[in-house]
Amino acid sequence: MAQVLLKALNKKYDEVHAVKDVNLQIRDKEFVVLVGPSGCGKTTTLRMVAGLEEITAGEIMIGDRVVNDLPPKDRDIAMVFQNYALYPHMTVYDNMAFGLKMRKFPKAEIAQRVQEAAEILGIHELLKRKPRQLSGGQRQRVAVGRAIVRHPQVFLFDEPLSNLDAKLRVQMRVELKRLHERLETTAIYVTHDQVEAMTLGDRVVVMKDGWVQQVGEPLELYSKPANRFVAGFIGSPAMNFADVTMNETNGAVWAESHGFRIKVPADRTDRLRPYKGQHLTLGVRPEDIHPVGGADSADRSFDAVVDVVEPLGSEILLDVKVGPTSMVARVDPSVRVKVHDPIRLALAPERLHFFDLKTELAI
Amino acid sequence: MVVERPWKRWVYFYIPLTVFVIGTLFPFYWMFITSIRPDAELYRSWRAVNNTPFWTLHPTIEHFRDLMAKTTFPIWLWNTFFIAVVSTMISLFCGLLAGYALGRLRFPMAGTLGTSIFVTYLVPPTLLFIPLANIIRDFQLGNTPWALILTYPTFLIPFCTWLLMGYFKTIPKELEECARIDGATRFGAMVRIIFPIAIPGILSAGIFAFTLSWNEFIYALVFLSSPERKTVPVGIYSELIRGDIYFWGQLMAGALLGSVPVALVYSFFVEYYVTGLTGSVKG
Repeated sequence: MAQVLLKALNKKYDEVHAVKDVNLQIRDKEFVVLVGPSGCGKTTTLRMVAGLEEITAGEIMIGDRVVNDLPPKDRDIAMVFQNYALYPHMTVYDNMAFGLKMRKFPKAEIAQRVQEAAEILGIHELLKRKPRQLSGGQRQRVAVGRAIVRHPQVFLFDEPLSNLDAKLRVQMRVELKRLHERLETTAIYVTHDQVEAMTLGDRVVVMKDGWVQQVGEPLELYSKPANRFVAGFIGSPAMNFADVTMNETNGAVWAESHGFRIKVPADRTDRLRPYKGQHLTLGVRPEDIHPVGGADSADRSFDAVVDVVEPLGSEILLDVKVGPTSMVARVDPSVRVKVHDPIRLALAPERLHFFDLKTELAI
Repeated sequence: MVVERPWKRWVYFYIPLTVFVIGTLFPFYWMFITSIRPDAELYRSWRAVNNTPFWTLHPTIEHFRDLMAKTTFPIWLWNTFFIAVVSTMISLFCGLLAGYALGRLRFPMAGTLGTSIFVTYLVPPTLLFIPLANIIRDFQLGNTPWALILTYPTFLIPFCTWLLMGYFKTIPKELEECARIDGATRFGAMVRIIFPIAIPGILSAGIFAFTLSWNEFIYALVFLSSPERKTVPVGIYSELIRGDIYFWGQLMAGALLGSVPVALVYSFFVEYYVTGLTGSVKG
């Protein structure tokens, strides 16, 4: 049990600056997820915490020790790898016992801890098998078991679910969450899957090009993205973006584009008034677009044409064209529309996002 | 499943395979049949009425007895074995460490070093024995087993290094990283995790090295002179051919006995050997 502190962490390879000034405080018992597209530096950051990569600049503390120069074995961490990394020449039992044997635990305690972990993970009857006799899900459980028998201060997960099929992934995700609640150990989890990030993380760190974009609780990232990248990355289907021009008429601020004109709600007028006459990016989530009747207030609704209909059962995704812009709307399954139908849509004005065109920061 | 017509299977598979097997095994058969043929049959004219070149009706072990009693063949066998084993062990030890370093560690010039080690393997022994002869003389190692034990690694180490480097590269590096996090040092992870997994590769490198030194001829011919120091290939060649007289029976008996250990080693490890060359570790 320990907190993990990253201070101005940097990693440079010969030509690539992979991790740039990452500052992060991971609290004791917290489950933090690093998420981002491939090449964003999330795995490199994790590997630096593990001690598998040299730190170019900055500092990593686990508990109250600076671990920069400690070899991986002395950091009191355990890691689960994407390809499981089970030792193929050892049985499941020996795989799980390896770390304890290396630390010279007495035999009886090793046996007891392995049994305990095996029971938690439901792999009790597999202990005598070799890794190649196991299915993907079972291998993943063994890899997790190998990590938990050591009772480390920190768990590191490097995309542990990526090699599993979709159904199993959802199941293991739930199990990991349950496991974390039971073990109460600090965990750092790397994934490129934003659903995993949102469901597992107490807090989520979004990274891109080596920079931390935003750190926050999952719903905070969703409702208050710090910039356009986070807004587009978190959420599926992704947030809709449109270039708009800001205008002021009769004391109200309007966002205008080809085909629609939206009145900015009164509480945000002051924030947006300085951008009068300028271009901004408007962001709106698919579920914040609703079909409405023709009589709806003109200051938040507009006409569109249905382009694609994707019925998902519990909801329908409508790809619509508004002038030159396409948007996705998530609507109730009772809505009956066909391709090329005209449709009147309204936005939820209090849930609009505005981003600066150049800095891409949220306004 | 596609049903093939039987005649196609014969034409494209069984017949070519049979021809190939006969072509490969015939020399061994010839070696065997010659070694048990009495001298009277061996030196009979080819055109004699009772000539039976492909079989014999009077098998004899006389040649083997002569080989054991009248020549120093058992000593050659022991020399060859001793030299092959020691030089294989030296080469495997160096090849393991070098192969691991080149396959796994990141250090400057690793690629260049790897290539240059490979290039030394390409230098033909027929050129290299001249400078090596100088060195052997300077260290006064001529006519001792050490002349060969220390020179064979010049081609065995590059060979082992390359084979093992390739094998190590097929082992996922996460295995080792995981071991290091689990509490092993780099060296510990290498010895406890990587080497056991690399056993097929290590075995095939060992078998290859053993065979190469067992069959080696040039260095053994140049560096050893007295009959009781010689290895099997050189001994047979230099002691059983006197001027233009070929002791065919003993020659073939010696060749047969000389190839038995290698054949045994291969047949024991053939499965390991194949996986070693194709390299496969599944996590």
